[in-house]
Amino acid sequence: MFQFVPTALQRLGHASVAAVQAIGYGGALLAESLSFAISGYRRGQPLRAHAIFEQMRQVGVDALPIVGALSFTVGLMLGIQFMAALGEFGAQSQVVMAVAKSVTREFGVLITGILVAGRSGSAFAARIGSMKVSQEIDALGVIGIDPVRYLAAPTLIAMLLMMPVLTVFANALAILGAALYCSPSLDISVAAYLLQTLQQITVGDIGQGLSKSLVFAVLITIIGVGTGFGVSGGAEGVGRATTRAVVMSISAIIVADMIFSYFLNR
Amino acid sequence: MSAPPPIIEVHQLQAWYGARQVLKDIDFQVQRGEIRVIMGGSGSGKSTLLRHLIGLQRPPAGSVRVLGIDLARASVGELLGLRKKMGVSFQGGALITSMTVGDNVALPLRELTRLDENTIRIMSRLKLEVVNLGGFQDLMPAQLSGGMVKRAALARAIVMDPELLFFDEPSAGLDPVVSAELDELILKLRSALRMTIVVVTHELESALKIADTISVLDQGQILVTDSVLGVQQCADQRVQDLFHRRPRSIEMDVDAYMKRLTDERA
Repeated sequence: MFQFVPTALQRLGHASVAAVQAIGYGGALLAESLSFAISGYRRGQPLRAHAIFEQMRQVGVDALPIVGALSFTVGLMLGIQFMAALGEFGAQSQVVMAVAKSVTREFGVLITGILVAGRSGSAFAARIGSMKVSQEIDALGVIGIDPVRYLAAPTLIAMLLMMPVLTVFANALAILGAALYCSPSLDISVAAYLLQTLQQITVGDIGQGLSKSLVFAVLITIIGVGTGFGVSGGAEGVGRATTRAVVMSISAIIVADMIFSYFLNR
Repeated sequence: MSAPPPIIEVHQLQAWYGARQVLKDIDFQVQRGEIRVIMGGSGSGKSTLLRHLIGLQRPPAGSVRVLGIDLARASVGELLGLRKKMGVSFQGGALITSMTVGDNVALPLRELTRLDENTIRIMSRLKLEVVNLGGFQDLMPAQLSGGMVKRAALARAIVMDPELLFFDEPSAGLDPVVSAELDELILKLRSALRMTIVVVTHELESALKIADTISVLDQGQILVTDSVLGVQQCADQRVQDLFHRRPRSIEMDVDAYMKRLTDERA
């Protein structure tokens, strides 16, 4: 009668073991990538600057238009909401402060993270997954090229360099978007709005966003690359891994963001 | 005078996929300079044996020594040194699809040596000439025919002038003329470059043409290892089945059959 209890427990057990395994695997992948970046050259497994630059272009430069457009839109949206909400009790002059803090601490980096996870996290998983399926990863291994050094490490370094850059860019465009909407109602020029913003944000605000961007860079890379290396089962497996990488990295980003916000604002 | 030590030494090797044993206590030696063909039908475990010989899988029991190095106990540095001395041509080619044929062939030189770019270009084109692909270096792998992919993969496998070459299914999926050309190429490589070559195949004709010695693998066991003539005269029923293309005579175990049909947890 209670046969479903052991099967449900079994499933929970399997899921827990799988989760711990995935976290352990991700940690090992991160440690190995960093160790190749630091000491790969001495061990005859150097990181190629060319590969890092190529990845930086793909994850960073190519993402500028979409990151810019969406942060600008989010900035406009925040301006509209804050004007309405703060206007209700006559605190419209606080809009500059509210937008500046919320964008630099939260929205800039979160929008960037979600976009990069969707664009590049899926691309990492698909690229490495299809290489796994066609035995290219095996081929690299037997040639003597460590796949982690060749594929994961340059991606991680490129992400760690480009995520903060994208975040700063997103912050700027979001604040510009808010400035364009709010300055007429506040009776100040756009330039004056931007000047006020610069006066009111602190290094701490920017630092919060940037430190998060580094954490997001690690999460997106490790989840994307890790699911790619874990692919089995042909083209269908690659498709599944791609979806999984995007869903998991966006979830991880949002949870990590919440945890960070909690500890940084106590 | 004692015989020189074998270049490959496999001792009591076992391999499992889950609960199914695919290699059963394999003992296997290859002498320097010979062309050894590993023959067997599909599911005989020959691909698994190859994966162990090239160090892609760790043996749960038994040992594999290649060029005097125990693969399971070797340090990372020793393994890297060994990989430089062996080449592998995979069944599907496993060329990196995002690189041109020329870059694929040059990849081991670029990543594992400190030669200058001119030398690398000349050496990789030289190897493309050896496999009759001169002038094709700027094509992408997707633009090549099946036979050309195999030859390009072979060029990549021999670009470091390895002592030991592994070739997985040279004639699978190719027409008879192209596969005969590949057989010629293998013989040419041995005489010109003095390589020891291990070929895994299920093609009887090409096995008889290129082999010095043949190992016949069936259901995870080596039935016989001998010269071509010796294997042809081998009295074992399963070896004769393979050589005369007869369907396998399947022995029926009634109890096991009933158990497979009725067991709930099979």
